Amino acid sequence: MLARDDQDSLRRTPLYDLHVSLGGKMVPFAGYDMPVQYPAGVLKEHLQTRTSAGLFDVSHMGQIALRPKSGKVEDAARALERLVPQDILAIAPGRQRYAQFTNTDGGILDDLMVANFGDYLFLVVNAACKAEDEAHLRANLSDICSIDSLADRALIALQGPKAEAALAKLCAEAPAMKFMDAGPREVAGLACFVSRSGYTGEDGFEISVPAADAERLAKTLLENSDVMPIGLGARDSLRLEAGLCLYGHDIDTATTPVEAALEWSVQKSRRTGGARAGGFPGAEKILAHFDHGASRRRVGLRAEGRAPVREGALLFADSAGGEPIGKVTSGGFGPSLNAPVAMGYVPTTLSALDTRLFAEVRGQRLPLAVAAMPFVKNTYKR
Amino acid sequence: MTTTLYTTDHEWLAIDGDVATVGITDYAQSQLGDVVFVELPKVGRALKKAEAAAVVESVKAASDVYAPISGEVLATNPELAAEPALINSDAQGKAWFFKIKITDKSELGGLMDEAAYKAHTA
Repeated sequence: MLARDDQDSLRRTPLYDLHVSLGGKMVPFAGYDMPVQYPAGVLKEHLQTRTSAGLFDVSHMGQIALRPKSGKVEDAARALERLVPQDILAIAPGRQRYAQFTNTDGGILDDLMVANFGDYLFLVVNAACKAEDEAHLRANLSDICSIDSLADRALIALQGPKAEAALAKLCAEAPAMKFMDAGPREVAGLACFVSRSGYTGEDGFEISVPAADAERLAKTLLENSDVMPIGLGARDSLRLEAGLCLYGHDIDTATTPVEAALEWSVQKSRRTGGARAGGFPGAEKILAHFDHGASRRRVGLRAEGRAPVREGALLFADSAGGEPIGKVTSGGFGPSLNAPVAMGYVPTTLSALDTRLFAEVRGQRLPLAVAAMPFVKNTYKR
Repeated sequence: MTTTLYTTDHEWLAIDGDVATVGITDYAQSQLGDVVFVELPKVGRALKKAEAAAVVESVKAASDVYAPISGEVLATNPELAAEPALINSDAQGKAWFFKIKITDKSELGGLMDEAAYKAHTA
């Protein structure tokens, strides 16, 4: 959280004026002045995204082009594999994949999306990490790639069951895209990059647009009565219901991808016995976690009562006494479920579905159970 | 005859004789956003002025509600416990939190009337 004195130095996205004109309640977030909600409120914005379509400004996130000096995208892919445990070489042109930058302890420096745009890689990274990520890329890949921060682009997410129809009016190619397709597309006559992805568990798109055209594109999308502007408050409750990690909370430099239950994101080719096993920071520890298991694990948690269990709540195995066995890393109220939901780390021995645990909230131990994630079924168009 | 007073922490209390009905202000609910849960004090609990007496949780955060005055909790609002969103629709009406038997009326001295509270939140 920024001190009040620093608020003048908050950065603004190209959509700042639009947020203010739409009645957005602006708050400091990752160094930016961002809308946490609009007059409709978090609850309505959340449900709007689940039932119709929501427009999110995610321009604070970092967009980076990784251009191979050789002109061959596989050289950039092979180079990026030095920094992430994912199979980047296998990302086909026009496709995108979820990845993590790891550190030498096997922890996660940031999570990111990597798209193959045919002759270069397009990366989207978290706002709070983008400067460090760029420095990390430069320090390690400058021999093979040029690293260009695409600071002149905004990023708009359009999410929800009516996102496809809304975008189809401006981009005829949109409906043909499948989940995790990504590449340059013309949207409303503008040179955009479009991916069929998002952070809500819903079908939807992320649209990278030149900053100068961002407001015009956002306004055009909002002219559709199925689309409403959605703030960061609902973005957080949507991603929590979708069981997706928030960097700095559910994953950080002290959690490995295996502890974070992100095994699915690490392809076999990079694991022990794979064609390109290891070779990324912290490989020894991460592969040991794959081969022998980790002692703790991120799990979903459903409270039995109505009281939300929030980040930082300590978890216990028993209703009284004993030492904490873990901690909640994200938690709140799930508007689609009309119930509290949380995720946190517990010993692997206590990570089986339906394991009964207790969270300490205001001095009381509230019963909850380990639950499957996502909490709300995702609707990706595979 | 009921008199309504306000605290700097955005509680209101409607005083009728030696009983006060306590809630949070419309201004407070507008700042909190969508309320999804309330935790009310137990009937019979002796509250001290400024003590955390109840909790109101919006989608995003939990906030304490403080006792605006010392006294014994006489009743809590069952409708509010069942439907916390009443706070957003009728904060200073149906969404009262609890009734308290006032032990020391001199404690009312530091509270604001409606005009002072309006100035406080302006």
